[in-house]
Amino acid sequence: MIVDVQAWIAALAGGALIGAAAVLLMAAQGRIAGISGIAAGAIDPPTPADDRGWRLAFVAGLILAPLLLLPTGLVAMPTVTPDLGLLVAGGLLVGIGTQLGSGCTSGHGICGLARLSPRSLVSVVTFMAVAALTVFVVRHVIGG
Amino acid sequence: MARILSGLAAGLLFGAGLAISGMIDPEKVLGFLDVAGAWDPSLAFVMAGGLAVTFVGYRVVLRRPAPLLEPRFQIPTRRDIDGRLVGGAALFGLGWGLVGLCPGPALSAIGLGGPSVWLFVAAMLAGMLGFRVVDRLRQRGPAGAH
Repeated sequence: MIVDVQAWIAALAGGALIGAAAVLLMAAQGRIAGISGIAAGAIDPPTPADDRGWRLAFVAGLILAPLLLLPTGLVAMPTVTPDLGLLVAGGLLVGIGTQLGSGCTSGHGICGLARLSPRSLVSVVTFMAVAALTVFVVRHVIGG
Repeated sequence: MARILSGLAAGLLFGAGLAISGMIDPEKVLGFLDVAGAWDPSLAFVMAGGLAVTFVGYRVVLRRPAPLLEPRFQIPTRRDIDGRLVGGAALFGLGWGLVGLCPGPALSAIGLGGPSVWLFVAAMLAGMLGFRVVDRLRQRGPAGAH
């Protein structure tokens, strides 16, 4: 196990900011901060025009925040696989899975668990277990 | 306008949290998911911090009769566990485990992650939109299609 107390503090602080965002969205608009729902609604043609603006603004905020924070040196730089097939397959699975399962790490993992939703608990246990199993197979069965 | 600004503010806060916590780095996420390898538990603290603030904050906010900018709270009310919920979570988990990106971090990494992230996000949005279109057609389709 890797013990890195500084990373733990950064993770805790980042998590608190994510929580603050979820509380802000609930206080202002009465909505769950589920990224997969917000993003899909932003690009889905039947979404009413007056419901689209805040979704696009939220996504713009998501994209801009790491760039604005870059000078602070606090931002983790993403290291992403260059494997095109893996990227396309992973993206499609995440896109389809979050719509079929009504949420992702944010909507179920943060907002749903904070509401003690039984559906969210089942969702989180399922996607965590499958993701960990996937990494195990890729790294230790195929890659090992 | 107030809704757009509150959406932008929430997005900025959320994106800042993803950037500072390390969630936007797939290598770190895969290290967290790799419980059999050199396990990096730090991302469990993201969930701890996020849950603590949301748990307390929701309880304060939901005591009010309505949100500030809308007539009512839109809280999911379903409590049933069905195949769509579990199957969807399993597909999502598979994709997350393959690349290490889930929807929030994928979008937040667009500016820093380069073409790999752009391709992942394009496939993710195509998957979301494609699923919604097909699902609507199925719901409207002839009885017995399920």
